[in-house]
Amino acid sequence: MAQKKAKVAERQKEVVAGLKGLGVQIYNQLEEGVFPTINMPSRSTENINYDPALRQYILGEKSVGRSARNIRHIKPFTQLAWAAMFSNELTSQRKTSTLRDVYYSAQAYEMTFTDQQESNNIITDLETLTGFAREDFHIFPEERSAIFGDLDIGYTVPGYEGKTLNLTSHPDGVLIGPALTSAELLNTKADKVIAIEKGALFTRFIEENVHNKHKSLLISCGGQAPRQTRAIIRRLHDELNLPVYILTDGDPWGMHIAQVIISGSANAAHLRNLNTPDAVWSGVWASDIVEYKLPTDPLDEVDIKRLYELQRDPRYQNDPLWQREIKMFLKIKRKAEQEAFSRYGLTYIVDEYLPTKLEQPKGKS
Amino acid sequence: MAQATFEEISASDFFYRNRDIAGLTNPSRSIFVAVREVVENSLDAAESQRIPPDIYVRLSFESEATKDTQIYKLRVEDNGSGIPPRFIPSAFGQVLYGSKYKLKQARGTFGLGGKMAVLYGQITTHQPVFVTSSTGQEKIYSFKLMIDIQRNKPIILDRKVTINKDLWRGTIIEFTLEGDYLRAMPKIIEYFKQTAMVNPYANITFVDPKGRLYKFVRGTTTMPEPPKETMPHPYGVDVELLQRLIQITEFTNMSSFLRGHFHRVGEITAQKFLDFAGIPANKNPKKLAHEEIVRLMQNLKKYKEFLPPDASCLSPLGEELLKAGVMKELNPEYLVVHQRKPSTYAGHPFIVEMAMAYGGGVPKRSTFVIYRFANKIPLLYDEASDVSYRVISAMNWRRYKVQPDMPIAILVHICSTKVPYKTVGKEFISDRPEVRREVANALREVARQIQHFLARQEHVHMEKRRLSIFGKYLPKIAEFSTILAGKEKKPDIQKLLKSVQKYGSEES
Repeated sequence: MAQKKAKVAERQKEVVAGLKGLGVQIYNQLEEGVFPTINMPSRSTENINYDPALRQYILGEKSVGRSARNIRHIKPFTQLAWAAMFSNELTSQRKTSTLRDVYYSAQAYEMTFTDQQESNNIITDLETLTGFAREDFHIFPEERSAIFGDLDIGYTVPGYEGKTLNLTSHPDGVLIGPALTSAELLNTKADKVIAIEKGALFTRFIEENVHNKHKSLLISCGGQAPRQTRAIIRRLHDELNLPVYILTDGDPWGMHIAQVIISGSANAAHLRNLNTPDAVWSGVWASDIVEYKLPTDPLDEVDIKRLYELQRDPRYQNDPLWQREIKMFLKIKRKAEQEAFSRYGLTYIVDEYLPTKLEQPKGKS
Repeated sequence: MAQATFEEISASDFFYRNRDIAGLTNPSRSIFVAVREVVENSLDAAESQRIPPDIYVRLSFESEATKDTQIYKLRVEDNGSGIPPRFIPSAFGQVLYGSKYKLKQARGTFGLGGKMAVLYGQITTHQPVFVTSSTGQEKIYSFKLMIDIQRNKPIILDRKVTINKDLWRGTIIEFTLEGDYLRAMPKIIEYFKQTAMVNPYANITFVDPKGRLYKFVRGTTTMPEPPKETMPHPYGVDVELLQRLIQITEFTNMSSFLRGHFHRVGEITAQKFLDFAGIPANKNPKKLAHEEIVRLMQNLKKYKEFLPPDASCLSPLGEELLKAGVMKELNPEYLVVHQRKPSTYAGHPFIVEMAMAYGGGVPKRSTFVIYRFANKIPLLYDEASDVSYRVISAMNWRRYKVQPDMPIAILVHICSTKVPYKTVGKEFISDRPEVRREVANALREVARQIQHFLARQEHVHMEKRRLSIFGKYLPKIAEFSTILAGKEKKPDIQKLLKSVQKYGSEES
């Protein structure tokens, strides 16, 4: 336990040191009377490659320079220096902020960003440059998702240090916010994690006592899982050695929600530890639609176009499951939501479908 | 069969019946032309003596005439040469009497303008003209005159001689005329403003019928070289002129006749030409038959080897004076002037001068402001028909990075012993290829310089913007990195700021 605590604090130190290092680098260049320059990996699409060994997208060799000497660089350079300073302040004072906050806070320093997108980009630059995720800088997006289950966490946020919480204490689940993301994961009786695409099914699972019946931690992704949710899934897998199962709608979009949890996104190619390569997509598969005779809707044009895209996506190449299910979708041209199981009664999905899916070996049906 | 009747009419009568050709077309135009002609005469009178002109013009309301017109009294005073007393009656009371028949550049050329104004005044108001003048000698002569229109003779109604105690020199002319000042006002004011622009050495004062005072103060006392009188150039003669010359000549052979009466003809040129025309060098010009004179004229025009006329008979403003004039009246942000070398058309020398002004007091319009002048007279009508307007419109301005909505004024001055006016009204210059070429060349020259100026301005603007960006962000980088690095003292960025000023270059 003490070891785990040290880990969080250590991470904190590393982040602060990294930011300070950047400050010193710029400061020293100015002291020497030269225009400060920085180098960071390029995030342009041609520099984003899929790494089959890491099983996620990574940035390639190409790097880009930013120089305060360049009239077109100096503004983003200054914004980056500001963002680093602001992040350092947040991290050292253990306060948190949202991306929206960042946008407004800049104005206090006469560092106006043209729009939210520009300030988001600068934060992404800072991530790329330092190798830390914005969550490490205590900057969070607005999106929220939830977790429920028998897990004790130890808070590290100011005012809560040393306090613990069992994540079954609130029946709606606990928000996956900055306090939870930075908490230590102490004890759990669960032996698996089930990530669920939609809040409705998450609530149903809690009501149906899935966490006890199946000894699981339940996570509501709220659609495409936010980065902090993906990060906590990774930590649950790595730190507590829990296998991860993902339940989504039976359509190309649900399939890709699972894929991003497993293999990460191109947008986060500059970051590590946001994906969980060993996580398993448990359903709803196209073949489940057939097997369980689920009520369906037809695939529309956009769905089909998306399926062809995914078919070519490198992340869909390493497990035959993906190609098989894509072909099945294209064959049946139907899709089904998780709720479709309700046709067999409210508890069917928990009592019948879920155990079967959890039983089946990874990737095989 | 009807018997045709012929009657001889006098020059006065002719112009009385055809006053349109002098520009006296309607009450508003007429009052403008009258003011202009009298003022031009005064300017010429002062310039001929190389005296910086001091001209006072007063137009005062006398009475109502018709629904739209009024009777005005025009009084013009100058400090010019003055007129010897014996010439005064004819100078103002006889049409086509004048001192401007020799070949040199002058504002008017017919000996018509000033007198037409007086004639117009007489026929509209039946009042005499008062002329007072002195050449600076001990006496001042005052005349009260009318014109006998049918006989083209002055009628002296009164004559006074006074002692010239202060040795005043100049001419005062005063007469009444009918006109529409309210309508003419914009043109008259514009006329004075533009006159002041190309006569920067003149003081011009104008008091209008409402008692408003317009004062145009000279910006310099330097005056252009006065024009020298020259003989006619062979290319510019006609049969009539040849006959007159033959009548008055004292030379008894063709060679000396040509050398003695024509511009730029020496012994060798005369000999070569006579060989070309097949006329014996020792032929007595008075013995030439009429057909021979016609053939001589044709050959003079055909012969290609006459030297072009020189420009000593011209009095261009010169680049310095042009600059002074435009600065004085427009006070532009940037001004470029250019004088072309003398050129000729049909045996008449001419010089094009051009100025291009940017910003400052240049009026902002959707197109360029064009100021046209011929022999220092502003041309205010029929702009679109003028060769300069056409050249300016035809120019590919984008090549020079010039936009039509820029505050740009273009001044074109054409001076010549015979300005190629298109009409007798003398309001626009005709589109002759020689003139067009010179105007276009001058325009290209000033446009090139304006282009450089605009590029420089753009560069300065960019530079300012660039420096302000560095000036804004570098201190912030210093501030943020100081805080981030946990240092006490901010790094000194003055050297860096200076370096961006010094070296304009940047990484891209």
